[in-house]
Amino acid sequence: MSGDHHPELSFWRKYIFSIDHKVIGVQYAVTALVFLMVGFSLIMIMRYQMAYPGQSIPVLGNLLGSDESAYIAADGSMLPEGYNAFGAMHGTIMIFLGVVPLAVGGFGNYVMPLQIGAPDMSFPRLNMASYWVFFVGGVIMLASFFVTGGSANSGWTSYPPLSDIANEGGHYFWNGQTMWLLGMVFLITSSLLGSINFIVTIIHLRAPGLTFFRLPFFVWAQFITAFLLLLAFPPLEAAGVLQLMDRLFDTSFFMPSGLIVGGQILDQYSGGGNPLLWQHLFWFLAHPEVYVLILPAMGIVGDVIANNIRKPLWGYNTLVYSSIFLGFMSFVVWAHHMFITGMGTTLSAFFAATTMIISVPSVIILTCFLISLWGGAIRYTVPMLFALSFLPMFAIGGLTGLPLGLPASDIFLHDTYYVIGHFHYVVAPGTVMALFAGIYYWFPKVTGRSMSKTLGLLHFWPSFICMNAVFMPMFFVGLAGVSRRLWSQEEYELGALTMGWVRMSSWGAWGLGVAQIPFIINFFISIRGKKVDQNPWQATTLEWAAPSPPPHGNFEVTPVVHRGPYEYSVPGHKNDFSPQHISEA
Amino acid sequence: MSAEVLPYTVKPHPVSGLYSGKMGIWLFLASEVMLFGALFSTYIFLRVGDPAWPSHEETHLSIPIGTINTLILITSSITMVMAWASCKMNNIAKAKMWLTVTAGLALAFLVLKFSLEYYPKIQHGNVPSKSTFYAIYFTMTGLHALHIIGGVAVIAYFIGPGAKLWKTDPEYYTNRIECTGLYWHFVDLVWIFLFPVFYLL
Amino acid sequence: MNFGMLADSRFWLPDDFSEHGGRIDTLINSVHWFMAALFVGWGIFFVYCMVKFRQRPGHTANYTPVKAKVSKYLEVGIVVFEAFLLLYFSIPAWADYRNIPEPKEGADERFEVRVVAQQYAWNIHYPGPDREFGPCRPELVDETTNPVGLDLADPAAADDFVSINNFYMPVNREVFVRLSSKDVIHSFSMAKLRVKQDVIPGMETPIWFKAIKEGETDITCAQLCGLGHYRMKGRAFIVSQQAFDDWFAKASVVEEFDEDDFDD
Ligand code: HEM
Ligand SMILES: [Cu+2]
Ligand SMILES: [Cu+2]
Repeated sequence: MSGDHHPELSFWRKYIFSIDHKVIGVQYAVTALVFLMVGFSLIMIMRYQMAYPGQSIPVLGNLLGSDESAYIAADGSMLPEGYNAFGAMHGTIMIFLGVVPLAVGGFGNYVMPLQIGAPDMSFPRLNMASYWVFFVGGVIMLASFFVTGGSANSGWTSYPPLSDIANEGGHYFWNGQTMWLLGMVFLITSSLLGSINFIVTIIHLRAPGLTFFRLPFFVWAQFITAFLLLLAFPPLEAAGVLQLMDRLFDTSFFMPSGLIVGGQILDQYSGGGNPLLWQHLFWFLAHPEVYVLILPAMGIVGDVIANNIRKPLWGYNTLVYSSIFLGFMSFVVWAHHMFITGMGTTLSAFFAATTMIISVPSVIILTCFLISLWGGAIRYTVPMLFALSFLPMFAIGGLTGLPLGLPASDIFLHDTYYVIGHFHYVVAPGTVMALFAGIYYWFPKVTGRSMSKTLGLLHFWPSFICMNAVFMPMFFVGLAGVSRRLWSQEEYELGALTMGWVRMSSWGAWGLGVAQIPFIINFFISIRGKKVDQNPWQATTLEWAAPSPPPHGNFEVTPVVHRGPYEYSVPGHKNDFSPQHISEA
Repeated sequence: MSAEVLPYTVKPHPVSGLYSGKMGIWLFLASEVMLFGALFSTYIFLRVGDPAWPSHEETHLSIPIGTINTLILITSSITMVMAWASCKMNNIAKAKMWLTVTAGLALAFLVLKFSLEYYPKIQHGNVPSKSTFYAIYFTMTGLHALHIIGGVAVIAYFIGPGAKLWKTDPEYYTNRIECTGLYWHFVDLVWIFLFPVFYLL
Repeated sequence: MNFGMLADSRFWLPDDFSEHGGRIDTLINSVHWFMAALFVGWGIFFVYCMVKFRQRPGHTANYTPVKAKVSKYLEVGIVVFEAFLLLYFSIPAWADYRNIPEPKEGADERFEVRVVAQQYAWNIHYPGPDREFGPCRPELVDETTNPVGLDLADPAAADDFVSINNFYMPVNREVFVRLSSKDVIHSFSMAKLRVKQDVIPGMETPIWFKAIKEGETDITCAQLCGLGHYRMKGRAFIVSQQAFDDWFAKASVVEEFDEDDFDD
């Protein structure tokens, strides 16, 4: 281990303020998993209010709302304040503190340098800084639950003027919405530092012989993701600064003139601003962000599938070009989230056209994965099951984007549960399942031990079923015309007619919660579980050329690459896998 | 530690032609372009949408002070280049001198900005909440001033404790001065856009 | 676990009372058929592969099994069909939805109304028999007596009246709505009329539609607008011209301010 040729580091330098990409990757992953659990718990509580509006929440109800100042619940049942606060924070936590840090900060940090045969990231100290900046952002977000007036409650999209005047009752600075903005500035800064590091590392630290078109698809996915983070986040940072100005200094970037809230003219504002400005800046980030959520997942799925079909991926070059194209196009579709704001025919036709165009590379990527299965010898390992389930789920998520991208059908579907169904099929049954695939696949790399297959199956099947039970009904609720973000839909004519679906969705969510227990047990017992050898999946990519777990500095000798990433079952070779770094067949 | 063994921290990469730090700073500047790009777009969006946008007689921005500040920043860019050139010519004493001049000019810019521009404006009640013009003016120039302050901090670091690196690895130190310079030129460039946008148009 | 009404839960589009809604529904339906066809196609291929190519003794993977062009045909097909949906259905339907037709005269004359959204109510401002809206000013707003800030000194305002949350409209007549908001962004949504439009403060957004069936539908706020978002609920009544005229005559005399609608 590293102790042999390096002076022993103190506990703090080794595990807390480490600059080793692997330790930082694990820190990111563990923090992100905790945040995923927090965000998921919020929604499990909200789902009770949705399914049984106004009824008191069993067990938890009294904990959430016992004293006077409680804003979450009263007499055991959820208040609209609590509902909106949890809703906003669920979205924020899941996206910015859960999925992205796990997919990019966790997997990207840990696996990418190994897959390119690098000893570390190009800027190890910057890497550490990016984790700690992220951590501070996360703490600020969590702390906001406990300030007077509670956390941010204007949705994860934080549309002004509502967000400009939200959480007014609290402290001038330490209130929910202001802390949300502050937290976002930290999270954005962290992503920027990270993305610079990723790009430079991938360009500069590839092992000899590892050309761009020999990179595993996962590395490509991280590379494109890093560019999206680098270029799409700054406009949101700008928007965040502007909203902070509005809140702290009463500027009017997003405040038009003559607003009257609750009978009072808001005369501390000069007016003259425009609420749509925020939406443009926000969605300029948030659509590329969608691909930040999905590309790393596709990368994981590509690697896991290739490994388990024991043959190369079909259309590797096509996959790469499609992903690059996807990255570019994602900058010119943002206003498809704004059709209903009063957009004219020409502009909406433009954004509808770009949206239709961007669906093509997504279809191509999916098709490549599907065709790859043909002629393989499919090994149904736990990571493979998760990776395979990604395909149909992502297909549903992507396809349901079509009617949302066509302005005419979006008139009806916009801001209904259909939208929630659509993007959750992409990010939850899609990305989250892919992330689980990644955890099961690389666990032996990180710990040198394998996870239990039985518990893995016990995790996979219930999760797969529950995911669909949660999200499929949302399409029906949306098609029936029910708006999203309602504390109670029962009083609405169409809402009352779909309560059955809503309850099914809620029970699905609680089932999904239970289905994570085998995973948690598996995770902890496997840390002390059965030891495995260096390359348990008989994989070809470079991370398996390093010892498991890899020492500080990763490789005993810098690997030299001789072939593409997925050379499985090469005719004439003696094994059914030909690792990239081994020259003789 | 790994920082030393990593390739291309000092020498340029054969394909990209850049050492890692320089590529990093270019990428950082790309994101800065997006940041200020978003703010300039905001400016256009607000201005086009507001028929009552103040003319520049009404805004009381002083063109002479703006011009002097522009000249100060342009000069500081030149002195920054001189610092780097001195490093290249192995003259650390001169490099430190030029860095000091650069930091001094930056401070002069800030002093002028705060004492002769911000302060009287705030005195006259022309605060950010007065109109969207002042809002965007204070936000953009304020963010730019923060960038200048950041730059001064970095330069001060390289005059002081950061200069130790020169003794162990002069080339590495020179590279860092070059990166600082790139950032510094960018900050100047932003001002060169800000000046006409707020003072002249 | 009792899902209660699952058996009689709705799962597709609600009734449609509007003239333009048919085209939206056709588009939604055809896209879903298209999606279903693709999904089933992929699904069959997927399941077939999973069974046929599972690892088992005597079966090995084939390094280069497919040279087919099928995927190309599939992709080209998708592009063509999407282009068709966009150009043939969506753009024309959207254009008709957005582009306001020329006002007509006489019996076909459109019926105009202002809707002023606020946290958490819809103020439906009718111009009265003179067909002219009185001017409104923010300074004049009084939440209990004058929610839209009508300038009562102006002659045009004299016969105006405001109905809170109840939106009466005549059937078979173009309805032209000027939408505005007093505070934050709301979204004016009437599912059974296939109408949805964000209401952005600081601007007036016009929309128009024609109901061709009598009936009722909820008015929902589709954009999160604060703690009372869920109860920002109104009701639209589409009635015959005769019934409408009766209501109109009565309503323009009695000012309709019901304080109960304003609790927040
Ligand atoms: C495959 C092609 C895709 C298309 C054509 C598409 C299209 C759209 C459109 C048009 C909307 C706006 C709907 C509305 O507000 O009425 C939307 C919403 C959304 N989509 Fe997608 N999308 C796609 C993929 C994705 C992916 C990959 C993700 C995430 C990983 C995603 C996440 C979201 C999210 C988070 C929203 C909701 C935004 C909100 O809160 O309003 N989408 N999508
Ligand atoms: Cu989008
Ligand atoms: Cu509303």
